[in-house]
Amino acid sequence: MIPVQFDYVAPTTLGEALTALSQHGDDAKIIAGGQSLLPVLRMRLNAPEMVIDLGKIEELRGIRDDGDAIVIGAMTPHAVVGSDPLVAEHAALIPKAIEHLADAQIRHRGTFGGALAHADPAGDLGAPVLALGATFVIAGPAGVRTVPADEFFVDLFETAINDDEILTEVRIPKHTGWGAHYEKFVRVAHQWPIVAVAATLQTNGGTISEARVGLTNMGSTPIRARGVEEALAGQPATADAVRTASERATEGTNPPSDLNGDAEYRRHLAGVLTRRAVLNAAGA
Amino acid sequence: MTAVQDAPAAESEIGKDRRRKEDQRLITGRTRWTDNIALPGMLHLAMVRSPHAHAKVLSIETAAANAMTNVVDVLTGADLGEAQGVNANAWPITTDQVTPNHLPMAIDRVAFAGEIVAVVVARTAAEARDAAELVDVEYEELPAALDLKEAAADTVLAHPDLGTNKSAFWQLDSAGQGSGRAIDEVLEEARRDGIVIEREYRQQRLIPAFMEPRSTVVDPTGEQITMWSATQIPHITRFLLAATTGVPESKIRVIAPDVGGGFGGKLQTTPEEWITWFVARRIGKPCKYTETRSESLVSAHHGRDQWQKLTLAATKEGRVTGLKVDLLADLGAYVGIVGGGVPVLGAWMFNAIYKWDAYQFNCTTVLTNKTWVDAYRGAGRPEATYAIERMMDELAAEVGKDPLEVREMNWIKHEEFPFTTVAGMTYDSGNYEAATAKAKQMFGYDELRAEQEQRRANNDTVQLGIGISTFTEMCGLAPSRVLGQLNYGAGGWEHASIRMLPTGKVEVITGASAHGQGHETAFSQIVADRLGVPFEDVEILHGDTQVSHKGLDTYGSRSLVVGGEALVLAADKVIEKARPIAAHLLEASVDDLEFANGRFSVRGTDQGTSITEVALATFASHNYPEGMEPGIDAESTYDPVNFSFPHGTHLCAVEVDTETGGLKLRKYVCVDDIGNIINPLIVAGQVHGGLVQGIAQALWEEAVYDDAGTLVSGSFVDYLLPTAADTISFEIDHTTSPSTTNTLGTKGVGEAGTIASTPAVVNAVVDAVRHLGINDITMPCTPERVWRAINHSGGGGADPTEESAMPHFSPDGPNQDHGETGEGEDL
Ligand SMILES: Cc1cc2nc3c(=O)[nH]c(=O)nc-3n(C[C@H](O)[C@H](O)[C@H](O)COP(=O)(O)OP(=O)(O)OC[C@H]3O[C@@H](n4cnc5c(N)ncnc54)[C@H](O)[C@@H]3O)c2cc1C
Repeated sequence: MIPVQFDYVAPTTLGEALTALSQHGDDAKIIAGGQSLLPVLRMRLNAPEMVIDLGKIEELRGIRDDGDAIVIGAMTPHAVVGSDPLVAEHAALIPKAIEHLADAQIRHRGTFGGALAHADPAGDLGAPVLALGATFVIAGPAGVRTVPADEFFVDLFETAINDDEILTEVRIPKHTGWGAHYEKFVRVAHQWPIVAVAATLQTNGGTISEARVGLTNMGSTPIRARGVEEALAGQPATADAVRTASERATEGTNPPSDLNGDAEYRRHLAGVLTRRAVLNAAGA
Repeated sequence: MTAVQDAPAAESEIGKDRRRKEDQRLITGRTRWTDNIALPGMLHLAMVRSPHAHAKVLSIETAAANAMTNVVDVLTGADLGEAQGVNANAWPITTDQVTPNHLPMAIDRVAFAGEIVAVVVARTAAEARDAAELVDVEYEELPAALDLKEAAADTVLAHPDLGTNKSAFWQLDSAGQGSGRAIDEVLEEARRDGIVIEREYRQQRLIPAFMEPRSTVVDPTGEQITMWSATQIPHITRFLLAATTGVPESKIRVIAPDVGGGFGGKLQTTPEEWITWFVARRIGKPCKYTETRSESLVSAHHGRDQWQKLTLAATKEGRVTGLKVDLLADLGAYVGIVGGGVPVLGAWMFNAIYKWDAYQFNCTTVLTNKTWVDAYRGAGRPEATYAIERMMDELAAEVGKDPLEVREMNWIKHEEFPFTTVAGMTYDSGNYEAATAKAKQMFGYDELRAEQEQRRANNDTVQLGIGISTFTEMCGLAPSRVLGQLNYGAGGWEHASIRMLPTGKVEVITGASAHGQGHETAFSQIVADRLGVPFEDVEILHGDTQVSHKGLDTYGSRSLVVGGEALVLAADKVIEKARPIAAHLLEASVDDLEFANGRFSVRGTDQGTSITEVALATFASHNYPEGMEPGIDAESTYDPVNFSFPHGTHLCAVEVDTETGGLKLRKYVCVDDIGNIINPLIVAGQVHGGLVQGIAQALWEEAVYDDAGTLVSGSFVDYLLPTAADTISFEIDHTTSPSTTNTLGTKGVGEAGTIASTPAVVNAVVDAVRHLGINDITMPCTPERVWRAINHSGGGGADPTEESAMPHFSPDGPNQDHGETGEGEDL
């Protein structure tokens, strides 16, 4: 497990990092926490000539309150995001997902931005940020642009970030007071989800006024379960109503088949887990 | 001189919860693992492995690799030729066994994906790895024999020149050997007016997955060639290096330094060891090879992989009258060191703790184009125990009785020991009633059965299942004469020697070769008690053929019951050698001396001397009896007279989520009878680890190949090993029926947990859903399989697993532009 030899720089500002990236173009790879990139390099599935480490860039780290949004710096480790009181208050779905993400070591190394940029369809953060309607802030040679979550995830391991760009932060619209639950189905604790469902919702006297539901590992990208969301709006948070709405969880999905289960089984799981996630988020 | 008080009876070391003295260095890693060894001028090897399951090697282009900076040489199978020796099979189970020649490096044909075709030698490991990617091998793919049943039908040949895939057929027949009636008769009777149950079970392929990957260093720069290797078997390795490479045994030293686990997976002489040996000798410099985890998963031998066809005969009341077993065992591409023998070891265990009239065991070993299969914790006994304990539950369901009641109707009563079974083994001791009663009480059996009833009646989403396994095993390999009858290539004795150092310290040398078991602690306790010296003063040396010149290493739960007994004999010899010297020093008659708590004392007086004082006196040798040797060191070789037969009752409760098929362990209780216990803490560790490993077969682990013969579960993303987070707190206890076959009264415990737990868990899973018309779920019982069994009523959930890995790190992931480095297959 020895990677091919590469050069390494660790710039201290975003500007330097962007310059290094544009100088080396295709031959460069960014490293954040390294929890996905290093296995790929060590298994020799990729061999960049230059690795640009974002670890020393302070401006990419941290969490702040910005009016109607919480802003999470791309280089903030999972463990920090997962235990942050601001995030817990305004985007409770995110810590719920991080609680079950990998193991403690990986949560201290892996970063919020790195995981989203990696865009593993089985990654635990895609569905929650999609459900919460996050905005991605991406810096490149031409300046800074923003991409809505709906357009960020392009395909398996592919996002709207171009080769010469860096994800700097993710803006999460506040969902203060919303109930939230992340229902992750695994065979062993340290596993990526076979299927997971992220649900956050607002209730008003036992009625669901608005629900947002994201699916993990039900297609080549995280998927917003819009059919379920529609069906839930205005419904009572009861087992029967939620069960009926959850039947629409498979709409627009295209789940993979692997050693943990085939597509048919995953579709079945999506329905069950959606029901459980929604009922849990509703506190029912 | 004041009157000497009676020394307080020294507290016995045996039975004490001693913390393991070796753990600090093992856990912190501040020790000598093979890969930590660096010798002056040492070169590093990287292997080039076949990506194909079966192919002709047409050509190998090495020039580009050879031209790389700091590459010293690139060698192919043709370069190594016959001089590389062979990886031997030490146990041909029949005289006409078909055994493919196993060269460490293939020359013109590869027989499994992962087989080595070339080796790169460079100054650093990284340079060797880089250059290995430039070795260009041209293959012509051949049809591969992959599926075990198809291979047994010889449709495609794994080794075309052998003409068959069937390696051997081995039978044990109770009528034939006079230990019981004829199976056909008994089956016919049962068909007429009893019960016949037929089932087929799959023992999936497993990967031993020891923590420390294998590593070998060879230093050829002296008259004597030294090999350090992460192996369970330094002594056997030395013997086979001599036997297959022509180097005199006296010029070979093999050292197994600290070894990070084996589970049978390091009970092998490996191609990688032989190649490192060859290259170091050819180049004349020390060489190191350390495998990557990916290499380990494809090339270190796998375990289990059998189809088991079972036909059980019983009376209508549930008394078993006979069992017929038809096994197909996958050997993989080559017959490993004891590869053919592993399934055969199960032959005496299918009858377990039960009394039957007739029994027949038929085993066919089969060659395929997959990684070779050999010993894995339990070796043959888990397979047998699984089959019979599953069948006992099926029988209980058939006759409508509680599975514990059916077992009790059939088991050997405690007053019947020693008991000769229908398979012809004589069990030393046991008390199945006592272990079961204790386990039931700890488990809260009746309460859980009531809860199960309740959940069934309520049609709960979560159903509860209770699984039972009343296992026994034979351990302590092995009486040499028995091995001789089985055509095994070695004996089963063990050797020990004791050196009484002048400073009062005691050096104990054992031929057992620990790789995580805790021998240093347990053996120190035995010797400290026997010689009456402090525990801290005993040092256990092992694993180096120069220090421990004689031994048969560690596997098959043998170290304590065989190696421990050799220690006792050696210690007794030390005492007997010291006695006349002590008498001489005390000016007393030998007959008047008593030895207790490390002291010889003259009966009826306050005079005495300690054994360590005698050791010091013999070191000085100023004063010792005429005509004697000045020394009290001693050694001993012990050959066991019989196996020992530990047993236990394991009870497991599992919750099954019928909506998802998800499983949750609720409770696990085991009461093991392993005879006398030397160190309860070590025993608890062995039981816990063993349980997890057995539970992992039931629920998580499976080596899966695709249609091309590629190992799909080729990383720990897809080969699911459990961690502490996946298990529960086990409740363990013991009953004690001392073994009658050794003086310590001990039985083995290293494999007990693994053997017992697999059927306990699967029985629990099936029990949870039996009322839904299900009588089997294929291992590992994945949630998908459980769900399918529930939703497609029955069927055993035996649908083939989807042969595809999760894509996190797969070469097919679109954002992994792997054009740069080539295949990405030889890691
Ligand atoms: C054993 C194991 C188990 C895991 N289990 C889970 C799990 O259960 N759930 C889960 O969600 N994840 C899991 N992960 C993945 C983990 O969450 C990683 O931390 C994450 O996927 C990658 O984050 P990172 O910061 O380590 O990124 P890196 O590995 O450093 O980078 C990943 C990719 O993103 C790119 N990248 C990183 N940062 C940026 C940026 N700011 N801008 C542009 N591109 C960037 C890199 O170039 C690289 O291609 C697991 C990982 C391991 C090793």
